[in-house]
Amino acid sequence: MDIGVVELSRLQFAMTALYHFLFVPLTLGLSILVAIMETVYVMTDRPIWRQMTKFWGTLFGINFAMGVATGVVMEFQFGMNWSYYSHYVGDVFGAPLAIEGLMAFFLEATFVGLWFFGWDRLSKVGHLVVAWLVAFGSNFSALWILIANGWMQNPVGAEFNPLTMRMEMTSFFEVMFNTVAQAKFVHTVSAGYVTASVFVLGVSAWFLLKGRHVGLARRSIAVASSFGLAAALSVVVLGDESGYDAGLNQKMKLAAIEAMWETEPAPAPFTLVGIPDQQARETKWALHVPYVMGLIGTRSLTEEIPGINQLEEEAERRVRSGLIAYDALMTIQQDREATDRAVMQSFEDHSDDLGYALLLRRYLDDPREATDAQIAQAAEDTIPHVWPIFWAFRIMVGLGFLFIATMGYFFVQSSFRGGRYPVWALRFAVLIIPAPWIAAELGWIVAEYGRQPWTVDGILPTALSVSALSVTELLLTIAGFATFYTVLFLIEVKLLLKYIRKGPTEDVQLTEDWNTAHRARLAPAE
Amino acid sequence: MILYELVSFEHLRLIWWLLLGVLLIGFALTDGFDMGTGALLPFVAKTDTERRVVINTVGPVWEGNQVWFILGGGAIFAAFPPLYAVSFSGFYLALFLILSAFIVRPVAFKYRSKREDPTWRARWDWALFFGGAVPALLFGVAVGNVLLGVPFHLTPDLHSVYEGGAFGKLFGLLRPFALLCGIVSLAMLVMHGAGWIVLKTEGAIAARARRFGSIASKVVLAGYALAGLWLAFFIDGYAFVAEPPHDGPSNPLASAVAHSGSWLAAYGDRPWIVIAPVMGFLGTVMAGRALRSGGELSPLGWSKMAVFGMISSVGLTIYPFLLPSNTNPDSSLTIWDASSSHQTLFVMLVATAIFMPLILIYTAWVYRVLWGKVTEDDVSNPDTHSY
Repeated sequence: MDIGVVELSRLQFAMTALYHFLFVPLTLGLSILVAIMETVYVMTDRPIWRQMTKFWGTLFGINFAMGVATGVVMEFQFGMNWSYYSHYVGDVFGAPLAIEGLMAFFLEATFVGLWFFGWDRLSKVGHLVVAWLVAFGSNFSALWILIANGWMQNPVGAEFNPLTMRMEMTSFFEVMFNTVAQAKFVHTVSAGYVTASVFVLGVSAWFLLKGRHVGLARRSIAVASSFGLAAALSVVVLGDESGYDAGLNQKMKLAAIEAMWETEPAPAPFTLVGIPDQQARETKWALHVPYVMGLIGTRSLTEEIPGINQLEEEAERRVRSGLIAYDALMTIQQDREATDRAVMQSFEDHSDDLGYALLLRRYLDDPREATDAQIAQAAEDTIPHVWPIFWAFRIMVGLGFLFIATMGYFFVQSSFRGGRYPVWALRFAVLIIPAPWIAAELGWIVAEYGRQPWTVDGILPTALSVSALSVTELLLTIAGFATFYTVLFLIEVKLLLKYIRKGPTEDVQLTEDWNTAHRARLAPAE
Repeated sequence: MILYELVSFEHLRLIWWLLLGVLLIGFALTDGFDMGTGALLPFVAKTDTERRVVINTVGPVWEGNQVWFILGGGAIFAAFPPLYAVSFSGFYLALFLILSAFIVRPVAFKYRSKREDPTWRARWDWALFFGGAVPALLFGVAVGNVLLGVPFHLTPDLHSVYEGGAFGKLFGLLRPFALLCGIVSLAMLVMHGAGWIVLKTEGAIAARARRFGSIASKVVLAGYALAGLWLAFFIDGYAFVAEPPHDGPSNPLASAVAHSGSWLAAYGDRPWIVIAPVMGFLGTVMAGRALRSGGELSPLGWSKMAVFGMISSVGLTIYPFLLPSNTNPDSSLTIWDASSSHQTLFVMLVATAIFMPLILIYTAWVYRVLWGKVTEDDVSNPDTHSY
């Protein structure tokens, strides 16, 4: 096995996924914010809301194109770079991906064109329905991709078939209603809503600072802050739900997030900050908050959360058990349907641990010849790199609370304080525009880097999942994608800035006229 | 869950083979004219306004059309995972080129109109040209390679190994027959795109589209006929030595396959399939005639028939093979030994039965709303023509 290919494949996946995920959260949230604005327009018939809908819609469109462009790569690179993964779990993993296309991609992609091109061809209500269909489509796609991803974290509803040498689905309902998937879905879409809200808030704050498009900016802040506050609360609550689910099925990830080397007496303390040292297996300068970790991880005061060292011992036991399954599997591969009953039984007894034996494939072709040292090494490999996960998690959570505070402040100011925003607050809102993207990318790192060394937790090691490619091929495509993505990213940012600076261009006169008429209507009453 | 036993494993495999055909044909019929239009852009539209007219004909629909491609990938993954794993990793750099086109194209559509600068717009015009022409060519090259068989084998634990170095794999695809298929595919989609432009535009643009489309139809006719003869006399087909049970576990190594005679033997075993190439020929001839002298709707109508006939002819000819291996025929993938499990195929069928009719209904509705020609006057209104 060529470790260069494994590492480069991982680099490519991380690069393309993290990059795709720059555009997705904004699409998820902005599609809904734009649909909300258009709803207000249809209900009140005030042109300012149409102007807002179109202005934010233009920015949505620029971002959406990049989401589509980078999303195509995601659908195909499993087969390109992860062909053994595709074979091994395609029977389970492929289905949600295909349903995503059927249910979500068609919906959003078919109607997004009509949204931009259909202003004159549809009734107002018809156009509004199209806006909501685009928003639903985007959000459904998040649902199905997270059902697929949730299965990689918590592989339920499937079992290994020795005759086809792959995982096969036993219950679609278990895969679909996987608790990890559902928690991740709500957590992720909420993060998208926060991203879009912070974006709309920040851009509007910039307009207010410049004294431009005040009517549009104030209304946008009102929408973004109320929607954003609900979303920010939901991100944190559902993030906690994800933490609880990780405690049930991904104990190693939870221990890594916490840098908890030894099992602590329940309820375990939460390490607020510290410097995890993987070599010495201790966290230096750790600042603990008592009880909190135990509560997040187990929702009880008595249940223990196992530490990394104990989980490693458990992993070694499972490697040895997996070797029994592997040995039986080799016989089944030879004899197929004619396999001896006892061998079949022995395989079934240990098949849950087969994935652990496959960890050895990184070191030798036939895991059955592994030495004790190699087995110990495989068990140690189940520990991910702790410090990036530890810190990514803490920064993400810190930012989550920052969003709650920011959105809460602007919500109160816009709803109860007559929309008065001090300059420092507006500046701050502009300043934190990049923060939700940072939080979202860190969230990906916690979830996916924290899943290592597995592609499918406990089932298939990452090192075994790759295609039989050469380093040259990978370097070529990495260079290609990096070039495309960098160039397109610069173009996208330039265009977004250009259109923000330009401000709303359509319906401006219409809005002015309406405002004049409106003031005239109100004048006699005053 | 015993519900999935309602449809037998054998039938599900057959149904999914058909659905795969439906998706590929759906992709070629819809995104096909987008690609053809992109490839024709520099030739049928000279001024910036003309180009905007052409781009705005596909502007509102290309995104939805492209989903056929994405769904095609997703459906292969879900229904025939070994095919997804072997072909995508084997055609690695070729697929990268196709993906590059699909990365650049959406952005080109969206960003071209965002600045007035002629150099900026000229650059995106080239992106649209390559974004249309390169995949149209490479899809045909890929089909040609499927007919020839590709050099891969499966290890006992079903790792797929595709022979050749990085560039050997890419340039190994460019065999003469495969290149011919590429040219047929490109010409076919150019013809199809011309039919679309004739329907959606008027005046000089439509006239140029008729001229180029008519030339393309002649290339298709000659190329498709030549490919047929080539297949009949110079290319070995594949056949089972030991046929696997049609409801057995999906393990491609469980069956034995060998080179045997010609692919066209299929027409002796199942004479009715001759209808596919007949539709291919007839559709092309009639599309060519309609482009020269017919109405505005008929060129696209006939070229749809041509596309349908030609793509089905490939699938029906190699049935039940999906991807034969020329270096290790036993590793060849067929619908009987390279599918998903019984239950997964059933679940996917239910999902398709629910959503595919909905997709067809709302897609048809969107096309109806957008019905009508795009004129030079129209494209000055940003509310109806945003590119």
